Parts: sequence; C-alpha cells; structure tokens
Amino acid sequence: MKKILFPIMAAAAFMAGSASAGTLDDVKARGQLNCGVSEGVPGFSIPDSSGRWVGLDVDMCRALSSAIFNDDDKIKFVSLSSKQKILAVVTGQVDLTSRTTTWTMKRDTKEGVDFTAIVYFDGQAFMARKELNLKSATELDGAAVCVTSGTTTELNLADFARANEIKFEPVVFEGKKEAVNAYKSGRCDALTTDYSQLAAFRTTFPKPADHVILPDVISKEPLSPLVKHGDNQWKDLVTWLLVGLISAEELGVTKANVDDMKANSKNPTIQRMLGVSGDYGSYIGLEKDWLHKAIKATGNYGEIFDRNLGMGSKLKMERGKNALWNQGGLLYVPPLR
Amino acid sequence: MAEVFVAAPDLPPPPSTVGVIGWLRENLFKGWFNSTLTVLAVAFLAYAVPPLVSWFLIDATFIGDAETCRAAGGACWSFIGAEFKLFMVGTYPNEATWRALLSGVMLVVLFVATARHMMSPLVAAILWLLLPIPVYWLLGGGFGLEPVEPSRWGGLMLTLLLAVIGVVVSVPLGVLLALGRRSRFIAIKSLSIGIIELVRGVPMITILFMATIMLPFFLPEGVELGVLHRVQIGIIIFSSAYMAEVVRGGLQGVDKSQHEAAAALGLRGWHTTVFIVLPQALRDVLPPLIGRCIALLKDTSLVIIVGLLDFLGIAKAASQDPAWLGFDAEAFVFCAAIYWTLCFSLSRYGRSLERRGHGAFRD
Amino acid sequence: MNDIAPPRTNPFAADKILSAATQFLVVAAVLTGGYMLFVTTQGNLEARHIESGFTFLGHEAGFPIGDSLISFEASDSYGRAFVVGVINTFYVSVLSIIGATVVGVIMGVAQVSHNWLIAKLAEIYVEIMRNIPLLLTLLFVYGVVLAGLPSVRRSFEMFTGGYLNQRGLYLPRPLPLDGFGFVLAAALIALIGAVALIIWARRHHDRTGVAVPSVRIGFAMIIGLPVLTYFVVGAPLDWELPALKGFNFKGGLVFRPEFAALLLGLVVYRGAFIAENVRSGIQAVGKGQREAAAAVGLAPGRTMQLVVLPQALRTIIPSTTNDYASLVKDSSLAVAIGYPDMVSVGGTMIGQNGQAIEVIGMWMAIYLAINLVVSLLMNWANLKAQLVER
Repeated sequence: MKKILFPIMAAAAFMAGSASAGTLDDVKARGQLNCGVSEGVPGFSIPDSSGRWVGLDVDMCRALSSAIFNDDDKIKFVSLSSKQKILAVVTGQVDLTSRTTTWTMKRDTKEGVDFTAIVYFDGQAFMARKELNLKSATELDGAAVCVTSGTTTELNLADFARANEIKFEPVVFEGKKEAVNAYKSGRCDALTTDYSQLAAFRTTFPKPADHVILPDVISKEPLSPLVKHGDNQWKDLVTWLLVGLISAEELGVTKANVDDMKANSKNPTIQRMLGVSGDYGSYIGLEKDWLHKAIKATGNYGEIFDRNLGMGSKLKMERGKNALWNQGGLLYVPPLR
Repeated sequence: MAEVFVAAPDLPPPPSTVGVIGWLRENLFKGWFNSTLTVLAVAFLAYAVPPLVSWFLIDATFIGDAETCRAAGGACWSFIGAEFKLFMVGTYPNEATWRALLSGVMLVVLFVATARHMMSPLVAAILWLLLPIPVYWLLGGGFGLEPVEPSRWGGLMLTLLLAVIGVVVSVPLGVLLALGRRSRFIAIKSLSIGIIELVRGVPMITILFMATIMLPFFLPEGVELGVLHRVQIGIIIFSSAYMAEVVRGGLQGVDKSQHEAAAALGLRGWHTTVFIVLPQALRDVLPPLIGRCIALLKDTSLVIIVGLLDFLGIAKAASQDPAWLGFDAEAFVFCAAIYWTLCFSLSRYGRSLERRGHGAFRD
Repeated sequence: MNDIAPPRTNPFAADKILSAATQFLVVAAVLTGGYMLFVTTQGNLEARHIESGFTFLGHEAGFPIGDSLISFEASDSYGRAFVVGVINTFYVSVLSIIGATVVGVIMGVAQVSHNWLIAKLAEIYVEIMRNIPLLLTLLFVYGVVLAGLPSVRRSFEMFTGGYLNQRGLYLPRPLPLDGFGFVLAAALIALIGAVALIIWARRHHDRTGVAVPSVRIGFAMIIGLPVLTYFVVGAPLDWELPALKGFNFKGGLVFRPEFAALLLGLVVYRGAFIAENVRSGIQAVGKGQREAAAAVGLAPGRTMQLVVLPQALRTIIPSTTNDYASLVKDSSLAVAIGYPDMVSVGGTMIGQNGQAIEVIGMWMAIYLAINLVVSLLMNWANLKAQLVER
C-alpha cells in the first residue's frame, strides 16, 4: 500500500504541472491564513487565558488577515519550535512565520526563505540574579549560561566568549521555556536571549526584582517575519503591509480615526494609503482598502507596540530603538507611492 | 491376649516452625545472609515510606488553591482537579468535549466487547479497522459538527488516539510486511526485510523527526499535511515493522502440517495463507501483540519532543502555568499513575489470554 | 544404473511467467516510486534554495556543546560536533548497558529469592518501572529529583573531596605522575596472569578433579599486584581537586545532571526489563534440575551458580540482546533533557543549517551500524551458551 501511494501522488502533481500557485491564491482559496508563531513568548506570541493568541507577532498576522479577508481571525496559528520555524515556511506548512526570527544572510540566501520588513530591532543580552552584583557580561567567565539551541543566540554566545577570551559553561535546551525554567531553578547563573524576551519572561517570574538584565547588548537582532523564497508577490504583500502599519503611525492614522481620515483627510499620502486615490492594493493582489482594513483591525504600529510590549501592557517597555526615525528610533520605511 | 498398640498422638510441630513465627523464619530470616537483607530492607522502608505517605496523603491538599497547597507542604492534588480537563483533552474547546468523551466511550465499549468475545474475530477485526473513521469525524468535526483544529487535540485523548490508530493501522501493514518477508519472490522479500530492519534499527525519535521534518519535502507542491497526521504516519511506520516481526514469529509457528493439509485439499497459495495460516498465526501471537500495544502506548509519549501536547506534554506544560507554579511532581505522578494503570491492565489482559489458551505454547 | 534424466522445465510455463511478471511489476513500481520521490524532493529543495550534499560538515559549527568527552570549541566544524554527539551516545550507552545489567541481574535474582520481603520489593520495582514510559521517568529524574539538589554555594560535600550540587557531581581527578606506567604494566601482567590461571585451573580440574580457587586468586592478583606496585614506586598519583572558583567548581571530574539523569533513567528503566528476562530465564530451568542438585548435595548458592544460571543464560541472552539494542536506541531521548548525544547535536545542526535529509541519513547509518555490532556480539555470546544437544 505504501509503495503505491507516493508514486501516484507524485505523478498526479507532475501531471498537474510544476508551476506553483501563488501563496496569496492558496490563502484566499483556503479562506484562512496559516501563521507560524512561537511556543509562547509573552508580548510577541502567546495565548491568553481564553486561548486567543495575542502579541506583536500575532498582531502582524491579524493585520494581514484583515487586509485579505476583512476579518482578523481567519488565521490558524501554528506553534513552531526554533528548529521548525524556517522549515515550516519552506515546506508550506505555514504561509509566513512571525516568530521573533533574526534576519541573517545565511537564512536569507541558503535556507529557502525571504525576509520581509523589520518589525522589531532587538539585541541579545544576558539576565542574571541581582545578588551576584555583576556589572557586565564579561564578568561571567566560568558561569553556566542557559541558551536555546538552533538560534542565533547560541552562535552569538560562542562568538562573544571567543572575542572576550572568556569561557562559559553552556547549558543548551531544545525549547526556550526549558531554558527559562532551568535559569529560574538555579541550574544556570545567567540566561541569554533577545533583550525584549528577557524583559518579557522576567515579568512571569515570582520575584522579578531579583533579576537584572546586564547592560551588554552583544548582537544586532533585526526581527522580521519570513516567507517562502520564490513567491515574490506574497513577499511584497507582507513587506508592504508591515511598511503600511509603520507609515500609518508616521502620519498619525490610528484605529480610532482611520474611518474619519479616509473620509476627510486632505493629505495625499494618506489618501493613497487608505485607497481614496490610486489603486495600490492591486499592485500586491489586494483590494483598494487593504490598509484601511488592516489598521481598523489592529491599529498602527505604535498602537500594536503599546498594546503588547509598551505602556499599555504588563511589560512596560520603552520604544527605544523601535521608535520612528523622527523620534529617535530606527523605524524608517520606504514611502507608499 | 496381646495388647493393641496404640501410637501416642502426634506431638504438635515445634512452635518455631509453624504459624507466623514459622513463616517469618522460613521466608525472612533463613540464614544470616537473608536475615541481614531483611533487616536492611525493613530499615530502608522505615526511612522511605513515612515521608512518602505524609507527602501523598497526610499533608496533601485535595481542595484548595495554590496558596493552600504551598502552606500545607504536601502534595497538591487540587491542582490536578483544577486542570483535569487540560490533562484529559488538552486545549480542546469546552463545548465540544462531549465528542471526545463519546470517542473514548466507543473505544472502551469496543475493547470490552472484543475481550469478551461478543462477536466473531472477523467482525471484531473489521470493527477495529473501521473505528478510526467515526473517531476522526467526532474529534475533527466537519459534516455537521463544528470543526476543531488538530492542533487543539491534546492530553490523554491525544495519547490514546495516536496509540489506537497506530495499532489498528500497523497490524494489517505488519501482516503485509511479514508475508512479504516470507515471500518466494526475491524482490519482495528483500524489500520487506530492508524496510523492517531499517525501521527497527533506528530509534523512534528519528522516525518522528523524519516524519515531521522530511515528509513535507517528499510531498509535491500544494499537498499539505498537518503535524498531527505526520506524526501519526511516523508512529504507524514505526509500529508496522515491529508488528511484522511478531506476526512473522506466528507464521513460522504454524505447523507445516497445516500447509500440507491445505494443499491436499486443493487450496491455492493465497487462500491457504488468508484462511488457514493467518488466523492461527494471529491467534498464537495475541499475547506478544498486546505487548507491542503496551510498548506503543508508552512510545507515544515521545511526541512531546516534536511539539505535540499529549498526556505527558500537558503534564509538563501544566506545571508551568503561572497560577500553579512548582507542582511538577504532582503532575508527573498523576501522569505516571494513569500510564501505569493502562499498561498494567493491558499486560494483565495479555497474561490472562496466555492462561486461557492463546499463545504459541499452549497445548 | 542410469539415473533417469530430470524432467525438462519449461521456462515459458504460465505460472513462471506470472511470477516473473509480478516481480517485475513490483520492482518497477518501487523504482518508479523511488525515482519520483527523489525528483520531487530535489525539486522542492532547489526551489527553496537549500543546499544538498555533505560539504557542510567541513563548515564552522558556531555553536557550543556543553558536555563533551573530547575538546570542542564553537569554531570547530559541524563534522566534529557530530562526532562529539556520537561519542556521547556510545559513552552513555555503554555505561547504561553495564548499569542496567547489574540492576537487572540483582532484581531478577531477588524476585526468585526465598526471602519474601526482598522478592516482593523487587517485584514492585519491576512492575512499576516497566509500565511507565521511559521519557516520563527521565523527565521526573531530571526535573524533580536532580533539580532538588542543593545550589552551588550550598553544595553537599563528600569526604572523598567531591561535591554534589544541582550543577553536577564533581570528583577528584587522578593525575598520573612519572612512575604510573609501572602500575599500569603491573595491572596488565596481573590480568594476563589471572586469565591464564583460570584457563589452566579449569583444564587441571577436568583432568584431575582437583578444584583450585582460581577466580579468587585471580581477583586477588588483579587488585593486589597493581596496588603493591603503586606503593613500591612511591604513590605516583596526584589528584586534581574540584574547587569553587567564581560561579562554579573547576577542576576534577564532572558529571553533569543531564548526563546523570539520562544514565539513571536508562538504567532504572531497562534494568526492570532485564530483571524480567532473568527471572523468567531462571524459572524456566526445570525444577528437576534444582532437586537433582540438592540430591547431589550442592548448597543453594552453588546450585544457582553452577546449575541454574548457566542453563538460564540460554533464554536470557537472546531477550537481553534485544534490550541492549533498545537501550542504545533509547539513549536518543537525551534530546529531551539537553544532553548532547548524536540526535541532540544533529537536531541543533538541522536548526542551524537546514540540511535535514543529510543529518537524518547519518543518524540512520550510525544506528544501523551499532545495531549490527550488538547483534553480532550477542550472537557470538548466544552460541557460547547454547546447549550441546545429544
């Protein structure tokens, strides 16, 4: 039985032609967006107490779903481990992975995926117990450090050790949660991952004040959702949706005022953005009011950040590098024209 | 007249050889080596048992929240009670839980009916083979029922689903592989041996990794297969190879005279196999087959490594719930207790089969 | 007499054609299936820009490995990383096999003991451990038992200069000095001498019936001679003691909790299965054997040693072969608790590199090779233990 099934399937696919239908067409036909997320990182992608997924990465998918379907919940969230996050997109299991993944050269060129727009400028840092009185990560010579396998974190840790001629005792875990738990139980002296996640996990500790994030940020971690390599229309769609959300904040378009802006704004850029003039939606296979639908559902980038990571959330993180370029941050996106 | 000799009544045996004292001497204190062992064992029990009993029962909290538990210091069984639904069906939607329950009931009913021989073996086999269909419908939805994503199936329900479907599909496949291995066609024979030895020679975790990571590469564009289904396929492949070996043992055990009698009756090749040899072979190896079922039930716990939240996975994850931090031991103990009950009962059933006359060594 | 010539077989007979055709079809179907699979996979890989081939093994790994028997830096190659994993797999497998055998034999013999308490305790142990999944035992040992060990600053200090805490078991490491070569030579001489003695004693016993306690003498030699040499040469051993420096203990031998949990879990789990084998093997030896031995005047201990166990080995060895092979495969569960065995390191490589097919292929090749070796070794042991039937 097994012997016959594969040849038949393969033959059928071959006869149907090897040109793949675009991801957008698949998503529309399916009526659902498959969004790869994490196994639960507070602030980025985590199910809340009622089982609904929330977080910055999740909101990006919700904006996408609204832009396509005018419904922010036509999404299947697929929890991916670090090992699976790239392969899942490559094999088509998910349409995109929005999972705090760092944009690196190797991943972009050799692993069959493309990155879209940077949604968060992060960096790797260390967290240790306050009582150790550490001033810098270079004082961690000989310390046991908990780290997750299959991540850029692990590679950066090794590079940092080499560069500073210190030695760590790495304790490597399959999943981030195991690493965090091991640090909590005292198995390691320090935990290392992206700064934002350290802050997020710390809020779940019984005594957050006992833990301090060391000031050294040892790497650049531009986080960007990724899509399958080769489908240019889909990549453009996701990229420009993210750009659109950031542009909306630049221009002061919010969830509350987007309808009003669409009806009354005289600003030509806003008019283009919201579909009042031109048909930019069609460039990426969507309707005229694609960005309008997205902003109505999730708000602009600033609102998304605020709700999940910023002052409107439990994490209370500063915008820092993630502020707009004209407000001291790094968010500078191409114009929508 | 001679005196009739009447023997004096028997003296009772010395008190140190009968009754409690006698039993103690015979079983616990026979010789200095045994006595030392007994003393050590009793000391060990005296050291280990009281703290365990106080943790399990005396200081344990049966009703109450996390604070009460921590204050009491013993086991926190109220944690199990509070998260019971999570343990049983994972994140399955509350409104649809009756469907999971119904599937469970169907499974139990079919098992009991088979065990009590309420129908002929052929009917039983067909019912088991058909069982996956209503179960997948009930759990997955569609055709009138609200669909439920497989990613939300979890807990004990998922463990049983993976194990039962695994067994039900792998037994026929195993039979095919075993027959292939005994085939006189060199090509089929080598292929079967190759598959069996390859799958049996590698750990289950590599098969699971292969199924979850590599299978999508083998599939043509556009064909999608969820994680659950990929894992199920992996489990089926893994189990088939082992079932094949068990069935092969049974096939070898069927006496040559059966083949000869069938030939004498004029039965052709595959008729003999299907109607004469296989039924006997399968009946012979029922106990080892049950053994394989138990092994598969335990092996399904590995799916936590590829990200599925089965019973063990939930036990591990539930103890991370911020509301119930620190009660890992209780979760694991509960999980172990349920697994133990299932496996032990199955093995008792297997042993009772052997006693009742199944198995190759019956008269 | 002339033999009658055998009948001519007709190569074009109907049933021969049918069987040949069936085989041809099956082979053709499989080959076609395999080819299509290959082409689909290649196509998928190319479309996604994923590399194929084993050249990646020479590239820099970049990731650290926490527990390795050979030196490994993040700047070493993927190939070396995988070798570290394979060595770790062997290491934990061999130690577990030894441990599980010891536990299994003890528990198996205990189950048939006359001592009711000991037999019952052994039975409870076996029945519990056999019916709980290995992964659960492993996670429990790692997450509950070992995590409950004291923190580094409150380590449990042992009188031998070792320390036990939640980061590991630290023991003094022996550092051989100049004269140590003599001690090793003495040990080797003692070993050869002991083996020769045992072989000679057996032949002597066969010839003359006189028993020489060769095993005991042999043991005394193996232990005594090196120890004597050690003292004569002037104690040529230094010890590297573990000491708390900064965050952790440095120096000495280290056994990390991940390794310890895996070892313990495997030994405790497989030990129960081997105990069952031993028990049923012993019970399979007919009662008549024991009675005959008693009639001849053998004490119960000697009966077990000379009569029961050798016969029991016949049935114990084949099933224990399976258990050893299963144990090696079970060691792959290291990936669940973070011990860097072959599967764990391979998994990291897949995560960093994407070349899943090559890594999975390497796993299969090595596990199959290990399987083959274990089968061969146990076949040899089996042959040795077989009955010479009349």
